[in-house]
Amino acid sequence: MSGDIEIEIRGLNFYYAGNVHALKGISLSAYKNAVTALIGPSGCGKTTLLRCFNRMHDLYPKNKYEGEIIFQDRNILSSDIDLITLRSSIGMVFQKPTPFPMTIYDNIAYGLKLKGVKKRPELSERVERALKHAALWDEVKDKLNASAYDLSGGQQQRLVIARALAVEPEVLLFDEPTSALDPISTGKIEELLINLKKDVTIIIVTHNMQQAARISDWTGFLMLGELIEFGRTDKIFTAPSEKLTEEYITGRFG
Amino acid sequence: MAIFDEELRALIEKVLKLGSMVEQTISDSIKSLVERDSAIATHTIDNDHAVNAIDVEIDEECIRLIALRQPRARDLRLITTAMKITTDLERIGDLAVDVCERALELNEEPQLKPYIDIPRMAEIAQKMVKDALDAFVKRDSALALDVLTRDDLVDHLNYQVFNELLLFMIQDPKTISRAVKITYISKYLERIADHATNIAEMVVYLVEGKIIRHMAVPEGKKKD
Repeated sequence: MSGDIEIEIRGLNFYYAGNVHALKGISLSAYKNAVTALIGPSGCGKTTLLRCFNRMHDLYPKNKYEGEIIFQDRNILSSDIDLITLRSSIGMVFQKPTPFPMTIYDNIAYGLKLKGVKKRPELSERVERALKHAALWDEVKDKLNASAYDLSGGQQQRLVIARALAVEPEVLLFDEPTSALDPISTGKIEELLINLKKDVTIIIVTHNMQQAARISDWTGFLMLGELIEFGRTDKIFTAPSEKLTEEYITGRFG
Repeated sequence: MAIFDEELRALIEKVLKLGSMVEQTISDSIKSLVERDSAIATHTIDNDHAVNAIDVEIDEECIRLIALRQPRARDLRLITTAMKITTDLERIGDLAVDVCERALELNEEPQLKPYIDIPRMAEIAQKMVKDALDAFVKRDSALALDVLTRDDLVDHLNYQVFNELLLFMIQDPKTISRAVKITYISKYLERIADHATNIAEMVVYLVEGKIIRHMAVPEGKKKD
């Protein structure tokens, strides 16, 4: 299952403004058509790492990256990368659903219009495809003009995933996408992620270790900004190599 | 989590309790044979239900822990190992009961020959069970690997016992019934050693996370 590498991080260091050294010498590869989970205690740097993949840290000018993140033969940390293009290739879904204050249809069509899709038939066709892809179509096909806020939390999260999928990204980043959802909605999202990996590469940060075990193919364990262990999920959850990983995984930390 | 640690400790205790019951069963079964004491054999046979009860109890506890605690890594390996070890221990108990049943039959007839190799086999097999369980408690894979090397010795004794009894049977067909029963006992003991080997292999998995079943013992680890 090793397959092809989608994104490769080489010797990544990241400093928050004020010189806080948040990621220390991280190297890892996320494989194509696989789910990679990043786990670790609060403050370990997993979300910080996730946000490097599409340069979310650039919102604050004093943050600083060192090292390389290779995606499609280019270092996405270099200054000449177009962030709009990057973020449509590498999309992100957050902890709380973030639908736009508009109709279900327009939530999906918005990004497509920005990308220059103007004709109504093509727009509708791609909206439908994205909603089907996110396993939401059957639930919303009769109310596409209703406000996105009318949907339940779990449906909103799938809408956000559909919105990200509409612009046909290569990679989707998920930052604890189910922590605000009930178990049934969580189950739907997890199944969706497993199904999506045939089309996109998925990197997910989760506090829920069982979730990482259920859906990921690869797992990285971080602590205090360092990548302690990276390996196949089944190996990490049955026989990890590092003592620190073992302690964290079995809930005997500190 | 401290409560979970306590539960795991209790599980290990239970496996050990089963282990010591089974060890006792092996030595009682051989005692009933060598000392021609049928009362011991009957008592051992009657007690088998207690071994079976603990076997079921351990299984239920393991299933409960898997369902409720979602064990991972070494905890997961401990629980799965406990489940498998328990099955082997229960089988060993059954084999010791088989020894008792043959002993009861043999005790009804004149003794064919002095028992020399059979008690030796029993002693080695019993020590293998004991050491495999010690290795389990101490998570000592070196001791577990050492147990694996002893299986050949028991196999060899089994072969030797069989050849010796074959001579008896060829020379005097009247010995056949007793000789066959003794070869059975020898085979039961050989199987007990095999189960001890299974336990030792599971201990290596517990400690190292590697499944070594169905692999030859590495040459360097073999004892002369």
